[in-house]
Amino acid sequence: MPFSRYVEIGRVALINYGEEYGKLVVISDVVDQNRALVDRPDEVRRIINFKRLVLTDFKIDIPRLAKKKVLTAALEESEVFSKFENSTWGKKLAKRSLKATQTDFERYQAAVARRKKSAAVKKVFNKLKSTSE
Amino acid sequence: MAPAAKKEPRAPAKELAPGISAQGRSKTYKRRGLWAIKKKNGGKFPVHEKQAKPAEAEGKAPRFYPADDVKKPLKRRHVQKPTKLRSSITPGTVLILLAGRFKGKRVVFLGQLPSGLLLVTGPFKVNGVPLKRVNQAYVIATSTKVDTKALNISKFDDAFFKAAEEPKKKKGEEEFFKAETEEKKELSKEYIERQKEVDTVLLKALSPELKGYLGARFTLKAHDRPHLMKF
Repeated sequence: MPFSRYVEIGRVALINYGEEYGKLVVISDVVDQNRALVDRPDEVRRIINFKRLVLTDFKIDIPRLAKKKVLTAALEESEVFSKFENSTWGKKLAKRSLKATQTDFERYQAAVARRKKSAAVKKVFNKLKSTSE
Repeated sequence: MAPAAKKEPRAPAKELAPGISAQGRSKTYKRRGLWAIKKKNGGKFPVHEKQAKPAEAEGKAPRFYPADDVKKPLKRRHVQKPTKLRSSITPGTVLILLAGRFKGKRVVFLGQLPSGLLLVTGPFKVNGVPLKRVNQAYVIATSTKVDTKALNISKFDDAFFKAAEEPKKKKGEEEFFKAETEEKKELSKEYIERQKEVDTVLLKALSPELKGYLGARFTLKAHDRPHLMKF
Protein backbone atom coordinates (compact mmCIF):
# COMPACT_ATOMS: atom_id res chain seq x y z
CA MET A 1 0.00 0.00 0.00
CA PRO A 2 1.35 3.42 -0.84
CA PHE A 3 1.86 6.06 1.78
CA SER A 4 -1.00 8.44 2.40
CA ARG A 5 0.67 10.83 4.83
CA TYR A 6 3.73 12.73 3.74
CA VAL A 7 6.11 15.13 5.39
CA GLU A 8 5.20 18.33 3.61
CA ILE A 9 4.59 21.99 4.32
CA GLY A 10 1.28 22.36 6.11
CA ARG A 11 1.10 18.76 7.37
CA VAL A 12 -0.45 18.60 10.82
CA ALA A 13 1.53 16.39 13.16
CA LEU A 14 1.32 15.19 16.71
CA ILE A 15 4.15 15.42 19.23
CA ASN A 16 4.66 12.01 20.77
CA TYR A 17 7.37 12.74 23.25
CA GLY A 18 7.88 14.32 26.65
CA GLU A 19 5.94 17.09 28.29
CA GLU A 20 4.09 18.12 25.18
CA TYR A 21 2.81 14.65 24.39
CA GLY A 22 -0.35 14.89 22.31
CA LYS A 23 0.15 18.46 21.14
CA LEU A 24 -0.71 19.28 17.54
CA VAL A 25 1.75 21.24 15.39
CA VAL A 26 1.99 22.22 11.74
CA ILE A 27 5.08 21.61 9.68
CA SER A 28 6.30 24.97 8.53
CA ASP A 29 9.48 23.88 6.84
CA VAL A 30 11.75 20.87 6.54
CA VAL A 31 15.24 21.56 7.83
CA ASP A 32 16.90 18.31 6.82
CA GLN A 33 16.08 14.65 6.71
CA ASN A 34 15.86 14.49 10.48
CA ARG A 35 14.27 17.74 11.54
CA ALA A 36 11.34 19.98 10.74
CA LEU A 37 10.40 23.50 11.64
CA VAL A 38 7.03 23.30 13.33
CA ASP A 39 4.58 26.00 14.25
CA ARG A 40 1.51 26.50 16.38
CA PRO A 41 -0.69 29.58 16.80
CA ASP A 42 0.17 30.02 20.49
CA GLU A 43 3.84 29.15 20.29
CA VAL A 44 7.13 30.29 18.83
CA ARG A 45 8.21 28.37 15.76
CA ARG A 46 10.89 25.79 16.58
CA ILE A 47 12.79 22.86 15.22
CA ILE A 48 11.81 19.35 16.20
CA ASN A 49 13.11 15.91 15.28
CA PHE A 50 10.92 13.72 13.10
CA LYS A 51 11.33 10.94 15.63
CA ARG A 52 9.22 13.02 17.98
CA LEU A 53 6.45 13.63 15.47
CA VAL A 54 3.61 11.50 14.19
CA LEU A 55 1.91 12.61 11.01
CA THR A 56 -1.85 12.90 10.91
CA ASP A 57 -4.25 12.74 7.99
CA PHE A 58 -4.74 16.49 8.04
CA LYS A 59 -2.96 19.06 5.94
CA ILE A 60 -3.56 22.76 5.62
CA ASP A 61 -2.76 24.92 2.68
CA ILE A 62 0.01 27.32 3.72
CA PRO A 63 3.14 28.56 2.01
CA ARG A 64 6.58 27.58 3.22
CA LEU A 65 7.61 29.50 6.37
CA ALA A 66 4.15 30.97 6.68
CA LYS A 67 3.67 33.94 8.94
CA LYS A 68 1.74 33.42 12.19
CA LYS A 69 -1.19 35.38 10.81
CA VAL A 70 -1.41 33.21 7.71
CA LEU A 71 -1.08 30.04 9.74
CA THR A 72 -3.76 31.05 12.23
CA ALA A 73 -6.13 32.03 9.45
CA ALA A 74 -5.57 28.78 7.59
CA LEU A 75 -6.10 26.74 10.75
CA GLU A 76 -9.25 28.62 11.63
CA GLU A 77 -10.68 28.23 8.18
CA SER A 78 -9.99 24.52 7.89
CA GLU A 79 -10.82 23.79 11.57
CA VAL A 80 -8.21 21.09 11.48
CA PHE A 81 -7.53 21.01 15.22
CA SER A 82 -11.17 20.50 16.13
CA LYS A 83 -11.51 17.95 13.34
CA PHE A 84 -8.64 16.01 14.86
CA GLU A 85 -10.21 16.15 18.30
CA ASN A 86 -13.38 14.64 16.90
CA SER A 87 -11.58 11.90 15.04
CA THR A 88 -11.19 8.45 16.55
CA TRP A 89 -7.54 9.11 17.22
CA GLY A 90 -8.22 12.41 18.95
CA LYS A 91 -10.98 10.93 21.05
CA LYS A 92 -8.72 8.12 22.10
CA LEU A 93 -6.05 10.57 23.23
CA ALA A 94 -8.60 12.65 25.12
CA LYS A 95 -9.95 9.57 26.85
CA ARG A 96 -6.48 8.49 27.80
CA SER A 97 -5.56 11.82 29.34
CA LEU A 98 -8.87 11.97 31.14
CA LYS A 99 -8.21 8.58 32.65
CA ALA A 100 -4.75 9.65 33.75
CA THR A 101 -6.10 12.65 35.62
CA GLN A 102 -8.91 10.79 37.34
CA THR A 103 -8.98 11.11 41.10
CA ASP A 104 -9.53 8.16 43.39
CA PHE A 105 -13.19 9.02 43.86
CA GLU A 106 -13.75 9.34 40.11
CA ARG A 107 -12.14 5.96 39.58
CA TYR A 108 -14.63 4.53 42.06
CA GLN A 109 -17.53 6.20 40.26
CA ALA A 110 -16.32 4.80 36.95
CA ALA A 111 -16.06 1.31 38.42
CA VAL A 112 -19.61 1.52 39.76
CA ALA A 113 -20.90 2.72 36.38
CA ARG A 114 -19.07 -0.12 34.63
CA ARG A 115 -20.62 -2.65 36.99
CA LYS A 116 -24.08 -1.23 36.46
CA LYS A 117 -23.68 -1.25 32.71
CA SER A 118 -22.48 -4.82 32.50
CA ALA A 119 -25.28 -5.96 34.81
CA ALA A 120 -27.85 -4.30 32.56
CA VAL A 121 -26.30 -5.86 29.47
CA LYS A 122 -26.20 -9.27 31.08
CA LYS A 123 -29.82 -9.01 32.07
CA VAL A 124 -30.99 -8.28 28.55
CA PHE A 125 -28.67 -10.88 27.10
CA ASN A 126 -29.97 -13.62 29.38
CA LYS A 127 -33.51 -12.66 28.60
CA LEU A 128 -32.88 -12.96 24.89
CA LYS A 129 -31.07 -16.22 25.44
CA SER A 130 -33.94 -17.78 27.35
CA THR A 131 -36.57 -16.68 24.85
CA SER A 132 -34.64 -17.97 21.85
CA GLU A 133 -34.32 -21.46 23.22
CA MET B 1 36.44 63.18 82.77
CA ALA B 2 34.58 65.25 85.29
CA PRO B 3 34.40 63.61 88.69
CA ALA B 4 30.62 63.95 89.04
CA ALA B 5 29.92 62.78 85.52
CA LYS B 6 26.60 61.10 85.25
CA LYS B 7 26.59 57.61 83.92
CA GLU B 8 25.43 57.63 80.40
CA PRO B 9 22.22 55.73 80.05
CA ARG B 10 23.17 54.10 76.80
CA ALA B 11 26.27 52.75 75.18
CA PRO B 12 29.28 55.08 75.34
CA ALA B 13 30.38 57.05 72.34
CA LYS B 14 32.64 55.45 69.88
CA GLU B 15 35.62 57.42 68.87
CA LEU B 16 37.13 57.31 65.47
CA ALA B 17 40.27 58.93 66.75
CA PRO B 18 40.95 60.62 70.08
CA GLY B 19 38.59 63.55 70.25
CA ILE B 20 36.60 62.69 67.18
CA SER B 21 33.36 60.83 67.91
CA ALA B 22 31.95 58.46 65.35
CA GLN B 23 28.46 59.84 65.56
CA GLY B 24 27.19 63.31 64.98
CA ARG B 25 25.14 65.50 67.23
CA SER B 26 21.81 64.13 66.22
CA LYS B 27 22.77 60.49 66.62
CA THR B 28 24.40 61.20 69.92
CA TYR B 29 21.25 62.86 71.14
CA LYS B 30 19.29 59.80 70.24
CA ARG B 31 21.81 57.34 71.60
CA ARG B 32 22.17 59.03 74.94
CA GLY B 33 18.44 59.10 75.36
CA LEU B 34 18.39 62.82 75.93
CA TRP B 35 15.09 62.96 74.12
CA ALA B 36 13.53 61.14 77.06
CA ILE B 37 14.45 63.87 79.49
CA LYS B 38 11.16 65.71 79.67
CA LYS B 39 9.25 67.71 82.19
CA LYS B 40 6.75 64.97 82.73
CA ASN B 41 9.58 62.74 83.83
CA GLY B 42 10.70 65.37 86.27
CA GLY B 43 13.44 66.64 83.98
CA LYS B 44 15.41 63.49 84.52
CA PHE B 45 16.09 60.37 82.63
CA PRO B 46 13.29 57.92 83.43
CA VAL B 47 14.50 55.03 85.49
CA HIS B 48 12.69 51.81 85.98
CA GLU B 49 13.37 50.07 89.20
CA LYS B 50 14.68 46.62 88.92
CA GLN B 51 12.16 43.99 89.70
CA ALA B 52 12.89 42.29 92.96
CA LYS B 53 13.89 38.70 92.51
CA PRO B 54 11.61 36.20 94.19
CA ALA B 55 13.14 35.27 97.49
CA GLU B 56 14.99 31.99 97.40
CA ALA B 57 13.39 29.20 99.27
CA GLU B 58 14.94 28.94 102.67
CA GLY B 59 16.15 25.57 103.58
CA LYS B 60 18.60 24.11 105.94
CA ALA B 61 22.01 23.90 104.41
CA PRO B 62 23.18 20.33 104.30
CA ARG B 63 25.54 19.53 107.10
CA PHE B 64 27.77 17.36 104.99
CA TYR B 65 28.87 17.42 101.49
CA PRO B 66 27.82 14.30 99.66
CA ALA B 67 30.60 11.75 99.76
CA ASP B 68 30.12 10.55 96.24
CA ASP B 69 29.73 12.50 93.11
CA VAL B 70 26.10 12.98 92.37
CA LYS B 71 25.53 12.82 88.71
CA LYS B 72 23.61 15.66 87.29
CA PRO B 73 21.42 14.78 84.41
CA LEU B 74 22.50 16.31 81.17
CA LYS B 75 20.55 19.25 79.99
CA ARG B 76 18.30 18.40 77.12
CA ARG B 77 18.29 21.13 74.61
CA HIS B 78 16.26 19.07 72.20
CA VAL B 79 12.82 20.51 71.66
CA GLN B 80 10.18 18.20 70.36
CA LYS B 81 8.53 19.95 67.51
CA PRO B 82 4.95 19.17 66.61
CA THR B 83 4.58 16.88 63.64
CA LYS B 84 4.11 18.75 60.43
CA LEU B 85 0.95 17.70 58.73
CA ARG B 86 1.10 17.06 55.01
CA SER B 87 -0.56 19.95 53.25
CA SER B 88 -2.90 17.57 51.44
CA ILE B 89 -4.36 16.36 54.73
CA THR B 90 -6.99 18.71 56.12
CA PRO B 91 -9.97 17.90 58.35
CA GLY B 92 -12.49 16.01 56.23
CA THR B 93 -9.97 14.57 53.79
CA VAL B 94 -10.62 10.99 52.76
CA LEU B 95 -7.50 8.93 53.43
CA ILE B 96 -6.53 5.50 52.26
CA LEU B 97 -4.96 3.41 55.00
CA LEU B 98 -1.90 1.49 53.87
CA ALA B 99 -0.99 -0.69 56.81
CA GLY B 100 -2.54 -2.74 59.55
CA ARG B 101 -5.71 -4.76 59.57
CA PHE B 102 -7.61 -1.92 57.91
CA LYS B 103 -5.23 -1.54 54.99
CA GLY B 104 -6.94 -0.44 51.82
CA LYS B 105 -9.86 1.06 53.70
CA ARG B 106 -10.89 4.56 52.94
CA VAL B 107 -11.44 6.65 56.04
CA VAL B 108 -12.25 10.22 57.00
CA PHE B 109 -9.59 12.34 58.66
CA LEU B 110 -11.03 14.21 61.66
CA GLY B 111 -8.04 16.04 63.08
CA GLN B 112 -4.51 15.84 64.37
CA LEU B 113 -3.86 14.82 67.95
CA PRO B 114 -1.22 16.49 70.14
CA SER B 115 1.12 13.55 69.53
CA GLY B 116 1.02 14.27 65.81
CA LEU B 117 -0.99 11.18 64.93
CA LEU B 118 -4.06 11.47 62.77
CA LEU B 119 -7.49 10.86 64.23
CA VAL B 120 -9.55 8.95 61.71
CA THR B 121 -12.74 6.95 61.51
CA GLY B 122 -14.46 4.96 58.79
CA PRO B 123 -17.11 6.01 59.91
CA PHE B 124 -17.59 2.74 61.77
CA LYS B 125 -21.14 2.42 60.53
CA VAL B 126 -20.03 2.61 56.91
CA ASN B 127 -16.93 0.45 56.68
CA GLY B 128 -16.15 -0.83 60.15
CA VAL B 129 -13.12 1.33 60.83
CA PRO B 130 -13.47 2.65 64.38
CA LEU B 131 -12.07 5.85 65.80
CA LYS B 132 -8.36 5.27 65.63
CA ARG B 133 -5.01 6.92 65.39
CA VAL B 134 -2.71 6.52 62.43
CA ASN B 135 0.65 7.88 61.42
CA GLN B 136 0.49 10.06 58.35
CA ALA B 137 3.28 8.05 56.77
CA TYR B 138 0.88 5.15 56.41
CA VAL B 139 -1.87 6.91 54.52
CA ILE B 140 -2.51 8.24 51.05
CA ALA B 141 -4.40 11.52 51.06
CA THR B 142 -7.07 11.77 48.39
CA SER B 143 -8.52 14.95 46.97
CA THR B 144 -11.99 14.00 48.17
CA LYS B 145 -13.27 15.96 51.14
CA VAL B 146 -16.10 15.40 53.55
CA ASP B 147 -17.65 18.29 55.43
CA THR B 148 -16.68 17.81 59.08
CA LYS B 149 -17.37 21.29 60.33
CA ALA B 150 -20.19 20.05 62.55
CA LEU B 151 -17.78 17.75 64.33
CA ASN B 152 -16.10 18.66 67.59
CA ILE B 153 -12.97 16.66 68.23
CA SER B 154 -11.60 18.70 71.10
CA LYS B 155 -12.67 15.90 73.41
CA PHE B 156 -10.19 13.51 71.87
CA ASP B 157 -6.64 13.17 73.05
CA ASP B 158 -4.04 10.46 72.97
CA ALA B 159 -4.92 9.20 76.43
CA PHE B 160 -8.37 8.29 75.16
CA PHE B 161 -6.85 5.62 72.95
CA LYS B 162 -4.52 4.14 75.51
CA ALA B 163 -5.58 0.63 76.39
CA ALA B 164 -6.38 -0.04 80.02
CA GLU B 165 -3.75 -2.11 81.74
CA GLU B 166 -4.60 -5.74 82.07
CA PRO B 167 -4.48 -7.16 85.59
CA LYS B 168 -1.85 -9.86 85.89
CA LYS B 169 -3.20 -13.35 86.14
CA LYS B 170 -2.10 -15.77 88.79
CA LYS B 171 0.04 -18.58 87.62
CA GLY B 172 -0.74 -21.54 89.72
CA GLU B 173 -1.33 -25.25 89.26
CA GLU B 174 -5.01 -24.82 89.03
CA GLU B 175 -4.81 -22.19 86.39
CA PHE B 176 -2.30 -24.21 84.49
CA PHE B 177 -4.55 -27.20 84.08
CA LYS B 178 -7.70 -25.28 83.51
CA ALA B 179 -8.41 -24.76 79.88
CA GLU B 180 -7.63 -21.21 79.10
CA THR B 181 -10.85 -19.40 78.59
CA GLU B 182 -10.18 -16.09 77.09
CA GLU B 183 -12.36 -13.42 78.38
CA LYS B 184 -13.80 -11.29 75.71
CA LYS B 185 -12.46 -7.81 75.89
CA GLU B 186 -15.22 -5.32 76.15
CA LEU B 187 -14.91 -1.85 74.80
CA SER B 188 -15.53 0.93 77.22
CA LYS B 189 -18.95 2.44 77.09
CA GLU B 190 -17.44 5.84 76.60
CA TYR B 191 -15.64 4.67 73.50
CA ILE B 192 -18.78 3.21 71.97
CA GLU B 193 -20.75 6.28 72.79
CA ARG B 194 -18.25 8.61 71.21
CA GLN B 195 -18.10 6.46 68.12
CA LYS B 196 -21.84 6.75 67.82
CA GLU B 197 -21.72 10.50 68.28
CA VAL B 198 -19.10 10.92 65.59
CA ASP B 199 -20.90 8.55 63.25
CA THR B 200 -24.23 10.33 63.50
CA VAL B 201 -22.63 13.66 62.66
CA LEU B 202 -20.54 12.25 59.84
CA LEU B 203 -23.33 10.21 58.27
CA LYS B 204 -25.33 13.37 57.78
CA ALA B 205 -22.50 14.83 55.72
CA LEU B 206 -22.16 11.75 53.50
CA SER B 207 -24.04 11.33 50.27
CA PRO B 208 -25.06 7.78 49.31
CA GLU B 209 -22.32 7.80 46.72
CA LEU B 210 -19.68 8.84 49.23
CA LYS B 211 -20.88 6.12 51.56
CA GLY B 212 -20.33 3.59 48.82
CA TYR B 213 -16.92 5.07 48.16
CA LEU B 214 -15.88 4.84 51.81
CA GLY B 215 -17.27 1.33 51.99
CA ALA B 216 -15.11 0.13 49.10
CA ARG B 217 -11.55 -0.97 49.60
CA PHE B 218 -8.72 0.48 47.59
CA THR B 219 -6.84 -2.11 45.59
CA LEU B 220 -4.27 -2.19 42.86
CA LYS B 221 -4.72 -4.42 39.87
CA ALA B 222 -2.37 -5.51 37.14
CA HIS B 223 -1.12 -2.58 35.05
CA ASP B 224 -2.11 -0.04 37.70
CA ARG B 225 0.71 2.39 38.23
CA PRO B 226 0.29 3.98 41.64
CA HIS B 227 3.14 6.45 41.17
CA LEU B 228 1.31 7.94 38.19
CA MET B 229 -2.13 7.88 39.74
CA LYS B 230 -3.85 10.97 40.98
CA PHE B 231 -5.64 10.62 44.24
